[in-house]
Amino acid sequence: MTMIRQTLRGAGALLAAAALLAPAPASAQQKIKVGLMLPYTGTYAALGDAITNGFKMAINEAGGKFGGRDIEYFTVDDESDPAKAADNANKLIKRDNVDVMVGTVHSGVAIAMAKAARDNNTLLIIPNAGAEDITGPMCAPNIFRTSFSNAQPALAMGKVAAEKGHKTAVTLTWKYAAGEESTGGFKENFEKGGGKVVKEMTLPFPTVEFQPFLTEIAALKPDVVYVFFAGGGAVKFVKDYAAAGLKDKIALLGPGFLTDGTLEAQGESAQGLLTTLHYADALDNPKNNAFRAAYKAAYKVEPDVYAVQGYDAGQLLAAGLKAVDGDVAKRDALIKAMESAKIDSPRGPFALSKAHNPIHDFYLRRVEGKENKSIGVAIKNLSDPSVGCKM
Amino acid sequence: MAALRSSRSARSRSPGRIRRVDLASFLIQLLNALQYGLLLFLVASGLTLIFGIMGIINLAHGSFYMIGAYMAFALSSLTGSLAWAIVLGVIVSVLLGAFLEWALFSHLYRRDHLEQVLLTYGLILIFEELRSIVIGNDVHGVAIPALLDHAIALGPTLTYPVYRLFMSGVCIVLAAGMYWLIQRTRIGMMIRAGASNREMVESLGININLLYRLVFALGVALAAFAGMLAAPVSSVYPGMGTQVLIVCFVVVVIGGIGSVRGALAAALLIGVVDTFGKVFVPEYAGVAVYILMAAILLWRPEGLFRRA
Repeated sequence: MTMIRQTLRGAGALLAAAALLAPAPASAQQKIKVGLMLPYTGTYAALGDAITNGFKMAINEAGGKFGGRDIEYFTVDDESDPAKAADNANKLIKRDNVDVMVGTVHSGVAIAMAKAARDNNTLLIIPNAGAEDITGPMCAPNIFRTSFSNAQPALAMGKVAAEKGHKTAVTLTWKYAAGEESTGGFKENFEKGGGKVVKEMTLPFPTVEFQPFLTEIAALKPDVVYVFFAGGGAVKFVKDYAAAGLKDKIALLGPGFLTDGTLEAQGESAQGLLTTLHYADALDNPKNNAFRAAYKAAYKVEPDVYAVQGYDAGQLLAAGLKAVDGDVAKRDALIKAMESAKIDSPRGPFALSKAHNPIHDFYLRRVEGKENKSIGVAIKNLSDPSVGCKM
Repeated sequence: MAALRSSRSARSRSPGRIRRVDLASFLIQLLNALQYGLLLFLVASGLTLIFGIMGIINLAHGSFYMIGAYMAFALSSLTGSLAWAIVLGVIVSVLLGAFLEWALFSHLYRRDHLEQVLLTYGLILIFEELRSIVIGNDVHGVAIPALLDHAIALGPTLTYPVYRLFMSGVCIVLAAGMYWLIQRTRIGMMIRAGASNREMVESLGININLLYRLVFALGVALAAFAGMLAAPVSSVYPGMGTQVLIVCFVVVVIGGIGSVRGALAAALLIGVVDTFGKVFVPEYAGVAVYILMAAILLWRPEGLFRRA
């Protein structure tokens, strides 16, 4: 008995000594805390996973440690539910005390996150949501975006449509912020280029009974139709448009979301459609090729634009953390380094605007088979409108 | 950037709105309205049967529509034919309906509506999660059968897909079939009797439990069938069931709870109001249907065709 006790005591002393001798203990206090607030269930679950994968890949490529500090992840499923967004953001900020928040996909949720980030001065990186307010009236030194603002792809398409000599257009979207920001952007550049939007049509989100609008379009006979739909709505609209026999008579244009991740379901009806986005399948640059190979090796699936945006969020944070050697307390230096970072993205290199939104090229893509193939740059170095940002 | 802002506020003055609607366009829109209304009827008829005859508020009705659409996708890629998928799908959904009635709903007839709402809401979550696990969260398309994959030209620019006309035809046949079943057959008589007085029917020696199981299975099969029939035009995507659920309840309430004839009238009315609302008053298209519902309820609180 005594022997056992003595042995135990000896072991305890050894452990204590080992603990004392261990170099620079990585206590929980000193880890860099990253809060991922993304959709992991519901319609956008696949997007949340892609962003998470991309983000972690970028952090790992940067060495996974900054100034000897590990990254500790905290995860919250935001369910793409704006009603729960403020609570979820506060869980990360108040309970987990994160140094930086990353999220999210849904614009309504992202706006609540931006608000929480402003109120608590927490660093926030948005890897998808395109709400213009975030880099508009709500912009702040601690809020960054690595994706796009809703008007950006639309501005690119407006320019392309006008350059192709189209004179009249009809727009159609769901009646909600993202849709109207998109059709507004198209109208701005299309009319600047000499075109005229003859009718702007909307339907309630997320209804998909398009037949009356197709009849209207056939009666109005514009040169082009510009629509903003995503997911199931995008699939149904593209199929209905083709089924109504309009596809070969009136060109259908849209931002990339119209044909991204939906080509399998759209099939023949999407072939040849033109869209604009800051990324394209099989974009041939060394960075993209390396990224796609590494992503596929790590996660066994093909990366998409969401994975790229998550990856760039990771790259942006890594750039900041490297500059301050992992010391997140040096907030001003961290933000300065992030603002001035030149991100070598798979989409092509980009820098951030004053409002912290990417200034990047937009590609004109054509649907060929199961791919959105880039057929050139629609607009170079496009900044976002950032209306109302005082920074 | 001010231009962007001002261009948006100018939306309400867009010139297209004053365009005269010619007769051809009007007739095509009427066809759109009819076709939409008939499909609505198909989904809502199952709901009104279950709601009106069994007194169950079935929020999961939209999920059965969703299950139908996903079955059309899964079975048609398995068998290579939408027709076979529909045949198999109807059998599966009848069995599913009978099972759910036996396992869950049969315990709820004498409970209050809140408990039914809780159960059926729970079912929505379970079915959505199962869908996510089994099929995933991607959007899928279902091919239109080659035989029906044609279009009819309506005017110089517009064509009308034959499959949509076929759908309307099927809906009309089903509506007639249901009318015959409920008004002209012995089973229909029992169903009607069971709806007005459960105890009396039981005391006459009719197996009311079996009858209810049949009605429930029929309701589920109708919703699933609607989902399968609509899958080629609606596509298959997460959350598709909740979208149809609300408008189905509007159909049932306007038509008069439990009345199949009422559901048909209400569905066609909603088709017309929704379609022409989108054309003439696009700003209010979202609320047009609900204004219609409010107006009808003020005029006839019991709905258009309340059972006597």
